Amino acid sequence: MRLNVLNNGYTIGTKILFKIIKIFSGYPVPDAAKIVFYRPGFYGNQMKKFTHETMRGPSLWSVAERELIAAFISKLNECSFCIGAHTATASIAYKDKTKVDAVLSDLETAPIEESLKAVLICIKKLTLEHSVNSNDMKKVLDAGVTPGQIMDALNVCFAFNVTNRLADAFGFQVPDAKAFETGAKYLLKRGYK
Amino acid sequence: MNKLILPNYKRRASYKAIITRILEGEGNASTRERQAAFENTVFDKPLNTLLNKVALQSKKITDEDVEKLIASGLSEDQIFELIICVAVGQSSRQYEAAINALTEAAANK
Repeated sequence: MRLNVLNNGYTIGTKILFKIIKIFSGYPVPDAAKIVFYRPGFYGNQMKKFTHETMRGPSLWSVAERELIAAFISKLNECSFCIGAHTATASIAYKDKTKVDAVLSDLETAPIEESLKAVLICIKKLTLEHSVNSNDMKKVLDAGVTPGQIMDALNVCFAFNVTNRLADAFGFQVPDAKAFETGAKYLLKRGYK
Repeated sequence: MNKLILPNYKRRASYKAIITRILEGEGNASTRERQAAFENTVFDKPLNTLLNKVALQSKKITDEDVEKLIASGLSEDQIFELIICVAVGQSSRQYEAAINALTEAAANK
């Protein structure tokens, strides 16, 4: 990563934890996980809590749908690390990589429910134009999506708009496909704690 | 706050806690600097160049952008904090704009 403190500035206990994770997983701790362990009281602890609640807590979207929303936002933000991580996680969660790839390549023709598609269209505008208006939200509501579902999706948006920016700013290393798959299985088993 | 988002109050509290901590808690950058980064209203170069990219075009950030900041005398811990503040700030503005739009649309439906 671009800041040396994010490569080497961890406590002894955290360094030992990173080594244990590497021994058991076969891969170094991904940079997305490392940054929440750096001075965790400043950002990491609070962000992990929000992200875990959003991605694994009670929600009107399934885990697979939330991971797909995360991958979709990351694609819009062109964040290579997060595209790889959450495409892999959504693909395993759905047990359908073809569906996930279809959404990321062409939302209009993707074989997903109209309610999810309506939310993703709104999220696309929010992410690319940085704002939406009540007419945009009315279209989502008219598609049968409830306000609670929209809020749950917006929480995913917040989490990944932050993480995408940090990945690009700090320069997260992009691992290979096998490492992403290993990370995806971990995220599905343990979440974002 | 509109009762429509009551099911998300728990997450609302977690969201607010992130912002309160990074802006008001202890840090290496001053609270004024962190607030300006959060709002993306820093005008001093080269800091504003990097922070504006984080907010609006993070894909275009380069090694040189960060190296210039280190050369300008900012510590890595200050840069770490200010990058987090601007990333959270931009994402928060988008999030709040969407909630306001949702609240208005739901009220008129």
